[in-house]
Amino acid sequence: MFEYCTDPKSLETFQWFSCYLTTPKHMSMYYSLFTVVALILLTAPFGLMFGFMGAFASRSKNMIVRILGKGYTSIVRGVPDIVFFLFVPIALDQAIEFIRHKTLCWDVTEPIWRGNDFVVCRAAKMPLSDAAVWTHDVYGFLLAVVAFAFVFGAFCSNVLAGALKSVPRGQIEAGRSMGLGERQIRRLIEVPQMWIYALPGLSNLWQLLIKSTPLLFLLGVEDLVYWARELGGSKTSAYAYSHADWRLAYFTVLLLFYLLVTSISQRGFERMRKRLARGQNFSGAS
Amino acid sequence: MTCGEAISAYLFRAIGVGERLLPSNDIGICEQVILIGSGVMWNIYFALFAVIFGFFAATALALGKFDGGKYTQKFCAFFIYFFRGTPLFIQFFFAYELFVLLPRLSIDIPLGFTTITAETRWFTRAWLGAAIVLFLNTAAYSAEIFYGALRAIPRGEVEAGAALGLSRWQRFRLIIWPTMLRLAWPSYTNEAIFLFHATTLVYFSSFPAWQQKGDALYYANYFAEKTFNPFVAYPIVAAYFIAVTLCLIFLFGRVNKRLTRHIF
Repeated sequence: MFEYCTDPKSLETFQWFSCYLTTPKHMSMYYSLFTVVALILLTAPFGLMFGFMGAFASRSKNMIVRILGKGYTSIVRGVPDIVFFLFVPIALDQAIEFIRHKTLCWDVTEPIWRGNDFVVCRAAKMPLSDAAVWTHDVYGFLLAVVAFAFVFGAFCSNVLAGALKSVPRGQIEAGRSMGLGERQIRRLIEVPQMWIYALPGLSNLWQLLIKSTPLLFLLGVEDLVYWARELGGSKTSAYAYSHADWRLAYFTVLLLFYLLVTSISQRGFERMRKRLARGQNFSGAS
Repeated sequence: MTCGEAISAYLFRAIGVGERLLPSNDIGICEQVILIGSGVMWNIYFALFAVIFGFFAATALALGKFDGGKYTQKFCAFFIYFFRGTPLFIQFFFAYELFVLLPRLSIDIPLGFTTITAETRWFTRAWLGAAIVLFLNTAAYSAEIFYGALRAIPRGEVEAGAALGLSRWQRFRLIIWPTMLRLAWPSYTNEAIFLFHATTLVYFSSFPAWQQKGDALYYANYFAEKTFNPFVAYPIVAAYFIAVTLCLIFLFGRVNKRLTRHIF
């Protein structure tokens, strides 16, 4: 990075660190921060969408839809989230390849599951085996987003269902007496009014989401945990920057980083709560 | 392999009893159900260890944050803030690296009939090291719940106790503690369930599964990778976890009934 970095072994402590912390590998670590942020920013809206679908499904008048909605929330909440993080990406991947196999290679008659193998024809591979490396990375990342959204959607659905129930009945009756239809009541009264009730639950979920981003590591995505392990391990003198086992230091930094992010977002939610409570009859409104 | 053979070979595989080699070809449903079931023992062990010890630590931390001296209050508040604000997954990594750096020592503990040699190396094993992390983590989360409950105890009840001439300890034991538990219990049930689910992280963080003695998810992951079929092993884990979670809800519900028996 800097000009004096050509011979790291001759450097003073401060210069040594300034060079060490700007090696290409360290740069990749800083870039992996964007992966984490992208995961959060993509999961939040999709999770919220899944949440809305689940919440409205579990209140539906149609029994089958209701059972589906309630089943979704209670099963996901009853099982450790990491099971879904491991299951959803691989299941989705196999489902996609299965469908592509059936449509693209309908002439192949051999079964797909053969003993301990899962074999699809060349054209059905996802992404294709000759595709660029980055498409594999993006595909893997998107599968992870779906898994996260699936899990957080279920939690979200529970929060939203509770919040929808908390909207004062009088407001809904007022809407009805003004001649609004069911859909209008939902769009004009229930959804705008429920946010203040949903906020504490959603802020909890947001913190939970931030704290589960390190699990990306389990899905083979090169995230912060991956780089902390990679860079922190002891480096012999064969490396340009040799050092002992620094993983403890790296994980300390990660802990502090997450501590910072969670406390900042907590403050953000507190502000939002005050804003939403404005003009409402709550004790914390001022 | 028949189901009977699978039972005798793998029922206690997770604690090292039975067949040494895990099934590798011709994996039937029986092997999967039994081996994953034997892994559930570890999840239950971790959860019990953490919840039982964590309960007392959480009570102490909550009281410290609520009513301790200046430094006690600061310490308790920071402990809770730290463990609640950081991911458990990274706490596992951090603790493991920390435990590895411990000097290798051993202490003889005489038990009368026998002597066991306690080693610091045990900290790097999941049964102790990971259990300690889970304990600290749940202590912090439960302490925050208890702290919230302490703040919600009606002042009049405590003052009534003082007016009756109850000592500080009596007020705690007869008024504050039962009320705190009653108020906190629904959230505490949730925390216990979360903790039970979090035990699956142990063997996916840096704690190694020594001699392939792992928990339920460890074996499920093994099967999913061996058979390339996630649609059998993961639903089995899910079923086990739902079953144990229902038991947890039942048990905590019984306690809740006892705590609120004077109300209903």
